[in-house]
Amino acid sequence: MSKVPYEVYTEDVEALSVLSPDGEIINKDMMPILSDDQLKEIMYRMVFTRTWDDRAVNLGRQGRLGFYAPVSGQEATMVGSEFAIEKEDFVCPGYRDIPQLVWHGLPLYQAFLYSRGHQHGGQIPDGVNVLMPQIIIGAQILHAMGIAMGYKLKKQKQVVITYTGDGGSSEGDFYEGLNYAGVYKLPVIFFVQNNGYAITTPFAKQTAALSIAHKAVAAGIKGVKVDGMDIFAVIKAVQEAAERGRNGEGATLIEAVTYRFRPHSLSDDASKYRTKEEEAEWSAKDPIARFAKYLEKKGLWTEEDTARVKEEAKAKVNEEIKKAEKTEKMTISGLIDSMFEQTPKHLEEQKADFQ
Amino acid sequence: MAQMNMKEAIRDALRVELKRDPNVLLFGEDVGNVGGVFRVTEGLQKEFGEERVFDTPLAESAIGGLAVGLGVQGFRPVAEIQFVGFIFEALDQMVVQAARMRFRSGGKYNSPIVFRTPFGGGVKAAELHTDSLEGLLTQTPGIKVVVPSNPYDAKGLMIASIRDNDPVFFMEHLNLYHAFRAEVPEEDYVVELGKANVVREGSDVTIITYGMMVHTSVKAAEELEKQGIKVEVIDLRTVSPIDIDTIVASIKKTNRAIVVQEAQKSAGVAAEVIAQINEKAILHLEAPVLRVAGPDTVYPFAQIEDTWLPNPARIVAAVNKVVNF
Repeated sequence: MSKVPYEVYTEDVEALSVLSPDGEIINKDMMPILSDDQLKEIMYRMVFTRTWDDRAVNLGRQGRLGFYAPVSGQEATMVGSEFAIEKEDFVCPGYRDIPQLVWHGLPLYQAFLYSRGHQHGGQIPDGVNVLMPQIIIGAQILHAMGIAMGYKLKKQKQVVITYTGDGGSSEGDFYEGLNYAGVYKLPVIFFVQNNGYAITTPFAKQTAALSIAHKAVAAGIKGVKVDGMDIFAVIKAVQEAAERGRNGEGATLIEAVTYRFRPHSLSDDASKYRTKEEEAEWSAKDPIARFAKYLEKKGLWTEEDTARVKEEAKAKVNEEIKKAEKTEKMTISGLIDSMFEQTPKHLEEQKADFQ
Repeated sequence: MAQMNMKEAIRDALRVELKRDPNVLLFGEDVGNVGGVFRVTEGLQKEFGEERVFDTPLAESAIGGLAVGLGVQGFRPVAEIQFVGFIFEALDQMVVQAARMRFRSGGKYNSPIVFRTPFGGGVKAAELHTDSLEGLLTQTPGIKVVVPSNPYDAKGLMIASIRDNDPVFFMEHLNLYHAFRAEVPEEDYVVELGKANVVREGSDVTIITYGMMVHTSVKAAEELEKQGIKVEVIDLRTVSPIDIDTIVASIKKTNRAIVVQEAQKSAGVAAEVIAQINEKAILHLEAPVLRVAGPDTVYPFAQIEDTWLPNPARIVAAVNKVVNF
């Protein structure tokens, strides 16, 4: 008790790493238990996600998608964190977290519809426990906390995972959510993908804290920092957090240090705030290349497999974007009717103005 | 029938709904153990337990977000924001998140939430405890705004609000919590949202108002009666949506109207009422519709709030203006 917290918590924490950039297991104790089929499935999803992201950027440039936030570089955090939870668990995403939604069950064409500004994008099928992507940075953190309280009140063993970025960790809603989850001991995982930039603002100008994981301390919940380019570290951290949640041990804040290879959105130029050297340095940590090395050594994956998945992904994306394009447009009357369960009289009258 | 003041009537409504539906939850700062700073929820935690009625950490946005998340889970949250001026801290969760849930999800999710907050001037409270912010909220699509003026309505409107599958912002005037008692049925009943009430019949002028100003307007109407002017007073009860049919029916009879609100004059509920009258009843008017309201300033510190707030004399003057137009 001699040290005040200020002295104790000013050191950075080491990020959990399991897989080296050469594809070697460097932390055997922390290696998640995964079957060969699961390993191949994870790799499939990561390659698929990368290919879909490439296609989505092109579709965006062609005007066939609306707002789209690229994800390349973050496949380990996105695919890995979703893989580590169960189908029954709930996902509350930020605007970039479309892959988690799709791997959790949202049909891809609906993700495209969401991007194209169609309401049906958010009309999530029954049994798919996700909310639509959140635009207000941090609002989803509070929804996750509320949904987690719902599970606790219903005495169900599900957990909720919610995503934001390093920028999102500065929001008041982030602190309020962490604090409530701590007080009520809620089964929620706050997963921060620290990709180094909030649009253009670098991490060093985001916070004076050495890590986001530190912020768990003040909320009385567990904080973990992981190498976000390391699929096994991500899976291990989320599995442990989910287990803690299910066991009634409360919430976990996970900071995953990662990088987005592309700009924040299709409308900004990353070269204005990042250097080529920095991009090359992170490129060398590519989560897919690293994982591929591991799988190749185990004889579970080849370059041909990657090529095959890319073709499959391209075909699937084509099919789904066409489906999105063929979906009937929204109407003003449909929009008006989605305001209330029973459309009030004044809105019925306004509807008539558009018929 | 029991005699209740408005505070007791609201508590009674909450008790009825907590008992009837296990999904109803009550929470906010200090609402649990002590029953809120105005004791509206007093005794409910003891009766229904800490899982149903609970205190939250002091953070309004989180109260709103908690309500939204619980709504997704099928609960019916009744979330208290301790004083009206603090709703700004929670506006994103109220007007962006809760009010848009049905739209954003294409009808998959809704927000069956009641946000309760005390408001209203004339009690010399601290800054930002009393402002009339209903106009701000009525501009939000997807949310209903309720302002009861008496114990009977308060209970029936609260029950209707809790049972509504869309978000309702329920504003409780501080000056009415203990103002008077009235007969309130002990059983459950609803006062339909979106329906105004003609509280006083008259043939010469219609006063359209709500909340505390219903009582101020009735006082003015009594004075005007002595001058031989028969005033009809309409209590909106729900300021979004507005029951324009009841207003138009009255104007067809009286051909003259004023709107009285405690809030600042510009762009609020009164402006909306007048716009709708223009759309629906302009040919029945013999005079322009005037507004009696607070001036367009920030809500004043306590020293001058009695002068700032609309009073019977100002209402009488406005009625005389439209009568003598």
